[in-house]
Amino acid sequence: MAGGRKFLGHVALLLPPFGWLTLFYLGSLFILLLSAFWQVDSMSGEVIHDWTLDNFRQLVSDATYRIVAQRTIGIAALVTVTDIILAWPLAYVIARKVGPRLKLTLLVLVALPLWSSMLARIYAWRLILGHDGVLNWFLRAAGLPEQSFAFTNVALWLVFTYLWLPFMLMPLVAALERIPASLLDAAGDMGATPWQTFRTVIFPLAIPGMAAGSVFTFAVTLGEYVTPMLVGGAGSEFIGNVVYSNVGVSGNVPFAAAFSMVLLVVIGAYMLVARRFGAFDGA
Amino acid sequence: MKGFTTALLMASCCTALVAQAHAADLPGAIGKGEGDLNVVAWEGYADDAWVKPFEQQTGCKVHRKYVGSSDEMVALTRMGGGKGFDVVSASGDAALRLIFGHNVQPVNMSLIPAYDDLMPELKEPSFNTVKGVHYGVSYEWGPNILMWNTKAFPVAPTSWAVIYDKAHAGAITVPDNPIQIADAALYLAHVKPELGITDPYELTQPQMDAVVALLKEQRALVKKYWALASDEVDLFKSGDAQVGSAWPYQANTLRAAGVPVQDTIPTEGATGWADSWMISAHAEHPNCAYLWINHVMTPKVQAQQALSFGETPGNTKACAEMDAMQPGSCKQYHANASSAYFATIKFWKTPMKACGNGQNTCLDYGAWQRAWQQVKQ
Repeated sequence: MAGGRKFLGHVALLLPPFGWLTLFYLGSLFILLLSAFWQVDSMSGEVIHDWTLDNFRQLVSDATYRIVAQRTIGIAALVTVTDIILAWPLAYVIARKVGPRLKLTLLVLVALPLWSSMLARIYAWRLILGHDGVLNWFLRAAGLPEQSFAFTNVALWLVFTYLWLPFMLMPLVAALERIPASLLDAAGDMGATPWQTFRTVIFPLAIPGMAAGSVFTFAVTLGEYVTPMLVGGAGSEFIGNVVYSNVGVSGNVPFAAAFSMVLLVVIGAYMLVARRFGAFDGA
Repeated sequence: MKGFTTALLMASCCTALVAQAHAADLPGAIGKGEGDLNVVAWEGYADDAWVKPFEQQTGCKVHRKYVGSSDEMVALTRMGGGKGFDVVSASGDAALRLIFGHNVQPVNMSLIPAYDDLMPELKEPSFNTVKGVHYGVSYEWGPNILMWNTKAFPVAPTSWAVIYDKAHAGAITVPDNPIQIADAALYLAHVKPELGITDPYELTQPQMDAVVALLKEQRALVKKYWALASDEVDLFKSGDAQVGSAWPYQANTLRAAGVPVQDTIPTEGATGWADSWMISAHAEHPNCAYLWINHVMTPKVQAQQALSFGETPGNTKACAEMDAMQPGSCKQYHANASSAYFATIKFWKTPMKACGNGQNTCLDYGAWQRAWQQVKQ
C-alpha cells in the first residue's frame, strides 16, 4: 500500500514536466510536421489543408535550397573546426598549466562576454568590420590595404566563431581537467615524447569534450538566422533566414515547415554522431 | 491597371458577398476615442510631429509597429488573426491582398471630410476599392528612386544601368523584397525590348527567367539587400554602399545627417507606391482609427508627411501648407500637378496569373517570392 502511494508520488512529480514537453514541444513539432504537407494561397494568405508533397518537391527541384542548405552546413562545420583550433591552446593552459586562482580568473574572462546581449555583440562586429570601421582604421594607420569583409560570408564565419568560442572552450577544459596526471606520467615513463603523449593520450581523451562543444558550435550555428541577417550580405542566407522570411514575410508557413524539417534531420543525425563520440557521457 | 480589372472581375464573385455583408455594419458616426490605437506602418509614417498632437487632441495613445516591405506588412497584420492592429498604411500591392484575405473592413467615406479633396485618381483606385466598396483611404504616393553618394559619383548617373554595372561591385544596395523584381523588369523593358515586357508586374515565365538572370548577375555586385529603410541609411553612412535603389525618405534622412547623397528618377522611369490607410476587420479601437485617418488626411499632416518622407500628398489642399513649411516644395514634389506625374509611375501591385491582355500566362505573387529567393540564394 505504502509502495503504491510512493509510486503515485513519483508519477505526480513526473507528470508536469512530461506533460509540458509532450504538449508544447512534441505537440508543436507534430503540427510542424503536418503543416509541411499543406499549401498556402498566395493571394489571401490562407493555409489550404490539402495533403501535398509540393513543398518537398520544390525543395528538391530548386537548386536554390540546396545551395542554402550547403552554405548553412558548410559554415557551421567551418566554425566548429575553427573553434576547436582556437580553443585548444587556451583550454590546455586553463585546465593543466595554471593555479586555481588564475584558472578562475581566466574562466570568468571567457564567460564575461556572455553577460552582454548577443545582439549588441553582433552589432559591435558591424562597427569593427565596416568600411569605415575600427579594423580599417588600424589597417590604414599601419599602411596596410583595407579589408572589405563587412556583409560577406567571411564576416559570418568570424562572428560565429567569436560567438560560440566559449561554448567550445568550457567542455574542452572540463575534458582536459579529467585526464588523470598518472596517465601522462606513465606515458612519459614509457619514453613517449611530449608530441606522442599528446597524440595518443591527451587528444583521444579530449574527444568527448570537443564533441560536446561541437553540439553548440555546429547545431546552434545551423539554426541561426539573426547573425546572417545582421552581418551577412548578398548570398549569405541560412536555412533559418529562408524559414524566417517564409513565415514572417511571405506568410508561407507550410514551406517554412518543410525546410525546417531538413534542419531537424541534419541536427538529429549530428546528435547521433556526437553521442558516439561521447558528447553526452559523464558531463 | 488593366491587369487589376481582370483579376478583380475574377475575384468579385467571392468578394461581392463579403462586401455586402460588411456594408451593413458601416459605422454611422465616429464615437469617442477608445484610448488606444495600434498602428502598423511604413517607417516614417507615424512620426511624433503628427502623432503627439493627435494623442493630445483625441486621447488615443498610439502604439507603432514599423515594417520595411509590403510582405512584412501583410504578415504582421495577419498575425494573431488580425487582432493586433487597428490601422495599417498598406501600399497598393499589399492592399488588395488584405482585402481578399478579409483582414480589413470597409470605410464609410462620409465620415472622412478630406475625401472630397483627394486627387481624382485616388478617390476609388482599384487597389483599395472593390465593387464600389472603399476598403481604405488613399494617403500619399511616390517613386522608388536611384540614390548615390556624390563623392563616389562626381557625375550624376541617369540610368538604372548603374546598379547592374560591374564597375560598382560591392558598393550597391537594393531592397530585400520580391517586388524589386519589377524594378529589374522595368529596366529590361527598355534595354531588351525583344522580351516584350509591357507591364513590370505582369511577367510570363520566359520574361521572369530573363529578369532573374539579370538579378542573379546583380547579386554578385550587391553589398547587402536592405530590409528596413534604416539599414540602407546605415550602409550609406558607413560607406559600405554608394549607390542603390531607395525611397526619397532615405535620401532626406541621409542629407539631414550630412551624408552627400543625391537622387533621381532615371530615364527608364520608376516603380513606386500609392499607400492607403486601412482599418482592421477586427479593430478593437475603431473610433480612434477613424480619428487617426481624419487627422493624417488634414492638409497640415499631409504636408508634414510629404516633406519628411519625400512623397506626394493625396490631399490636393496640402500644396499651400507644403510651401508654407518649405518654400517651393509643393512644385518639387509635384503636389501642384499631381495627375500628370501620377501617370509616369508604375505603382506597386500584386502580381497575378491574369495578364492585362486577357491571358492567364503571367506569374502570380507566390512565383515572384520563389523567384526572389532564387535570386538571393
